[in-house]
Order: sequence, then structure tokens, then C-alpha cells
Amino acid sequence: MTAKTGKSFASRFGVHIAVLVFVAIWTIPTLGILVSSLRDKDQIIASGWWNSFASSSQTEAGRLPAAAAQTQKDGKYVIEGNIFGDGARREISAFGVKAAAPTQYKAGTAADLGDGVTLQMNADGSFVLASPKAFEGERGQRVYYASSAPPKFTTENYDAVLFSEGIGRSFMNSLTVTIPSTVIPILIAAFAAYALAWMRFPGRALLIAVIIGLLVVPLQMSLIPLLKLYNGVGTFFGVPSKTYLGIWLAHTGFGLPFAIYLLRSYIAGLPREIMESARIDGASDFEIFVKIVLPLSFPVLASFAIFQFLWVWNDLLVAMVFLGTAPDQIVLTAKLNALLGSRGGNWEILTTSAFVTIVVPLIVFFSLQRYFVRGLLAGSVKGG
Amino acid sequence: MAAQIFSAIFVIIIGVGGCVAYFWGANKLLDVIFPSRGVSGTAAVDNLRRQGLVRPWLFVGPAMIILTIYLIYPVIETLRLSFLDRGGVNFVGLANYEWAFGDHDFRNSILNNILWLAVVPAACTFLGLIIAVLTDKIWWGTIAKSLIFLPLAISFVGASVIWKFIYEYRGEGQVQIGLLNAIIQYFGGQPQVWISLPFWNNFFLMIILIWIQTGFAMVILSSALRGIPEETLEAAVIDGANPFQIFWKIMVPQIWGTIAVVWTTITILVLKVFDIVLTMTNGQWNSQVLANLMFDWMFRGGGDFGRGATIAIIIMIAVIPIMVWNIRQANKETGGH
Repeated sequence: MTAKTGKSFASRFGVHIAVLVFVAIWTIPTLGILVSSLRDKDQIIASGWWNSFASSSQTEAGRLPAAAAQTQKDGKYVIEGNIFGDGARREISAFGVKAAAPTQYKAGTAADLGDGVTLQMNADGSFVLASPKAFEGERGQRVYYASSAPPKFTTENYDAVLFSEGIGRSFMNSLTVTIPSTVIPILIAAFAAYALAWMRFPGRALLIAVIIGLLVVPLQMSLIPLLKLYNGVGTFFGVPSKTYLGIWLAHTGFGLPFAIYLLRSYIAGLPREIMESARIDGASDFEIFVKIVLPLSFPVLASFAIFQFLWVWNDLLVAMVFLGTAPDQIVLTAKLNALLGSRGGNWEILTTSAFVTIVVPLIVFFSLQRYFVRGLLAGSVKGG
Repeated sequence: MAAQIFSAIFVIIIGVGGCVAYFWGANKLLDVIFPSRGVSGTAAVDNLRRQGLVRPWLFVGPAMIILTIYLIYPVIETLRLSFLDRGGVNFVGLANYEWAFGDHDFRNSILNNILWLAVVPAACTFLGLIIAVLTDKIWWGTIAKSLIFLPLAISFVGASVIWKFIYEYRGEGQVQIGLLNAIIQYFGGQPQVWISLPFWNNFFLMIILIWIQTGFAMVILSSALRGIPEETLEAAVIDGANPFQIFWKIMVPQIWGTIAVVWTTITILVLKVFDIVLTMTNGQWNSQVLANLMFDWMFRGGGDFGRGATIAIIIMIAVIPIMVWNIRQANKETGGH
């Protein structure tokens, strides 16, 4: 279509620009958290991530030590120190003593504060406040300064979230939930799909209709009865009601309609001649299924596996209902949700945790995109 | 943790092994009970017929059992619970429904859900269609599509964090580190706390879902566009149609069916939207939606199952027309097979 619809250079150029804008809108948000997760945590709040390659500068206020810290030197009373204390060193470019003029004096020069009092602040944060008379009072001199720090990238945030915020543990929990929940439904669905596609039995049409109906039943319909059922089973057998086994079965149940639907439409499309010639050769349904249908269905099995993997990995609702929130059970999505509450302003924690959460789906997605798209096209009645 | 990994591996082996053992064993058993090989002609035919009656049920059995426990029974039970009190014991008639329509949060949720339904499916389908058409015309279209498709792999919670960072507001005098407020400030506007602006905050939450789902619409529609016969487009060009006419009068009418599928799929997703609202606002500042309200009632004060079930039923009622339409479509398609 290229040659037919985009005729002039201007309209071709316009298309490139338009797509570029769309791509930018769709990628910049993710880029933002990736870049932020690698930044120093003080710099994240000091400047926007899009400025992360420039030195971050900010104007801050501080207070010099009170009169108690003064010493006598050359007949003058002097208070010395470093405005940054033991904290991170930044470079001071200017300073001042009035809020209205926070950058009145250049770093390294001595400011005359009146009555013979002078204040010198250097680029490294060290200062000398000198006066011919003794300092008095409980409160030290108020100062303002503009400082900047060179861009700093670090993997410290990853260390912090993986090992002390519990994200590492949640990562394992998510894997524990996801892998069995992906593997178990495949076989069950494949047998059912074969029967619904190639075997004749009464009630088959009804069963297919029921499964297509179940495709769109909101998960919300199942939650309360299953929660009651799980609690009941837990009490009856004296076992915990929130277990990995429980969530594996729940995800299997919720994934089955889509699995059967997707596999059935694929298996029904396999060439009839293959099935019939095998049957004439004396193969039973079981043999046909195992030796012919399963190997031929590999692409659709892969599609379903990717879908189910992403859906289970990204799920929050089922995990919040059927699993506990203790460290040994909380999955990544639930942990991230909890961190949003408890670490709401700590963007270094949130951006890093979010990136850890999405990295596995992104890898799966990029490496297996072909199968993913195929499944999407085949099963687009599923509501997610 | 090692024990946990071990038990997960163990379960995979048991689960898969169990499935294999069941299907293999059940078939073997059937062959033993009704042998079809090595018996006389009529007996073999009889037994084959009997096998044919039983075997399909062996194949669909496990799936039917799981579907019954996890989906069919709960649907009936939820309907029953919606007529019972908070503990699910005493019959209260329509009291839960009466409560719902008188409740401020519920009415707010219904209105917000309607707003979501009006905006999100339309926006996703429209943007998806535009992007599909545009990317078809350029040499790097596949890469562009891949990147726009990418958010579909990201969880709603992850996407919420990503966008919360964009909407981040910092008090006056501080540097705005949220992209949106930084842009507003750059153009001389006043930074805002976007997600707590009543009514408008709904749109800021919707943007997240649109950002995720546009890729879905784009991929499906792009494949439908490829299926349009070249001749129809060529004929239009020869007749002197401009690109807009070709798009609206030739392309769109030929893919109506696919547009409907995309639209309904996203509609169902919107009805169930939960994670985004929970993580962004948890329903505060008038941004509540039904699925989050339901979750809230499931656990609020020990849980009110009656009210929770009622809200679930109302979501279900909204889905039923789509469900009927889907079953009809599927019956049409499979009628011949």
C-alpha cells in the first residue's frame, strides 16, 4: 500500500512523524522508571529523570552550628565546619544569608554580614564564620546555598529492593505461583479440546456453548464462593486456607475456558485426512491425540502458555484473595501494591521494584512475540 | 525458600504426571473393559461403540470438573449470596440491591464505570486503528508496532507505578519530578495533584488502561487490514479517492467485524478494571469503580458477602449481552463442523 496512498513527500514525512510521536508516548513512561531505577536516590527527587545526564542543581537552606561551637582564633571568634556534615558531598556554586537572595555571594568569597562578621563558604561545603565579638544564642546562622552534583548512576537501588525490601523473595513467590499455574491447565485443556473438536458425543454443542459463555464471566463472580469454599475446606481439614495449591488450582480453573477455546479452534482446523488415515490404520483416539494432535498443536500450546504465564504473573486480584501477605506468600504485584502504600514517596524503591516486576514479562514478550500475537489473533474474545 | 522451590517443582511433576497417568490409565482401562482387538467381529463392533460412548467423557471429564468447581458453581452461589445477609446465612430478599442503588459509593462507581466504558474501548480501538494504518506504510513499522504493543506485557500494577511517576506532584518550591507537571510548569502552567482532581482523575486512570490496551487493538486490527483485498483499495485510488476517504469508506467498513470483537473484548476488560483503581487511588476522590468496590466489600470489616456478591452480579449483568452475542457468533462458525 505504501506506493498507493502516501503520494507526496510531505505526507510520507507526516506519517513518519506521527508514528514517531506515538512510539514516544508509548515508550517514554517505561523508560522513565528504568532510568530512575538506576539513579542515585537523592538525585531522583532533585531533578526530573529526563535531566539525569545533566548535573542536578538545587537551592537548599541550612543552619550553621550555634554559638556553643565557636572557638577563638587570632583574636576572633570563629565557627567552622562543613554544611554537608557527613552526608553526600555536593558542589556549592553560590550562597547567601537571606531567603530573598539565596545566591548572593559566589562560593569561595567572603560575605560581609555587618558588624565585622564575615562568612565564607567554599565549593566543597566548608565554611568559616568569623566575628570580632563572641557569638551568642541557641540558634546558628541561617544560610542558603545553590549546589550541584554530577550525574550518578548506581545499582544500589536494585541491591536494596531485592535483598532488603523483600522483592527478591516475592520474585521467587511469583515464579512459584506462575509456573505450575501455566503447566497444569495445558494437558487438561488439550484433551478436552481434542474431544470437543474431533469426537462425537451427545451434549458436545452445549458444552462448547458453555465454555464460550464462561470465557467472559467476570472473575468477580467466582471470588466470594471460592473464598468461602477454601475457608470451609481449610477449617474442615485443619489446614491453612491460603496455600500455593489453592492458587494453582484457581488459576487453572480461571484459565481453562480460554485454553479450551483456543486449543479447540486450532485442533478443529487440523486436516481431517490425517486423522482419518490414522484411524483407518487402526489408531485409537488416544494414540491419534498423543502422536498426531499434540505434536501438530505445538504453536498453539506455546501461545496459550505465554498468555497464561503473563496473565498469572501480572495478576493481582486472584493473588490478593487466595494468597496471604506474609513474606513467604506475597507475589510481586501484591508486594508492589503494598510498597505503594508504605513507600509512597520513595521513588527509588518504587521505580526499581516496578522494573523488577515487569522485566520477566518483557523478556517473555520479546523472545516469544510471534506466538503471543498468534494467540491474540486466535482468541480475541477473551477478556483478559 | 528452597523448600518452596522444591515443592513447586514437585507439584509440577505430580500435576503433569497425574494428568498423564489419568488420561493414559483411563484409556487403558477402557480398552481392557471393552476390548476391541482380539475378540470376534460383532463383539468388537459392540465394544468399539461402547468405547465411543465413554471415551469423550474421559477426555473432557477433568476439565468439566474443574470448570464446575471454579466457575459454574460460583456463578450460581454468587447469585444466591446476593439475596443473603453479610454472613451468607439469612435471606434478605432484595435488600442488598436496594442498598446498592441508594449507596453513594455504588452510584459513583456505576457512573465512573459508564464513563470508562464510553471512553476506553473507543479510544483504544480508534488509536489502534490509526496506528495500524500508519505503521503499515513505513519501513520501520514492525519495530514501531512492537514498542507500542509492549505495555500489554506489563501488569496493571506495574503500569500504575509507571504512570503514578508521570503524574507525581511535588509541593510548591520543589522540583517537579513528574513528567506531566514538569511539562505543565515549563509552559507556565500550575502543577496539579492530578489523581485527586474529582471527575478528571478518572481520565488520568483511563489513560493507563488505554496505554496498555491500544497495542492489543492495533495488532488485531492490523491483521484484519492485511486481509482487505488489494483490488478494493486499487479501485478506490483509480477512482480518485483521497487517503481519508479510502480509510473511512473502504477500509473501515470491511473490518467492522474485527472492530466489534476488539471493542467488546476491551469492554469486558473495562468492566473488570480493578488493579489500576486500587493502586492509584483505591477509590478515593470519587474514582471508585464496581470491581474495586466489590473487593472492598469482600474484606471490609470482616467482609460483607451479600453486598459483595450483589456488586459482582451487577458486573455480570453488564457482561451478559456480550456473552450471548459471542455464543451466537461461535454457533454460526461451528455450525458446519
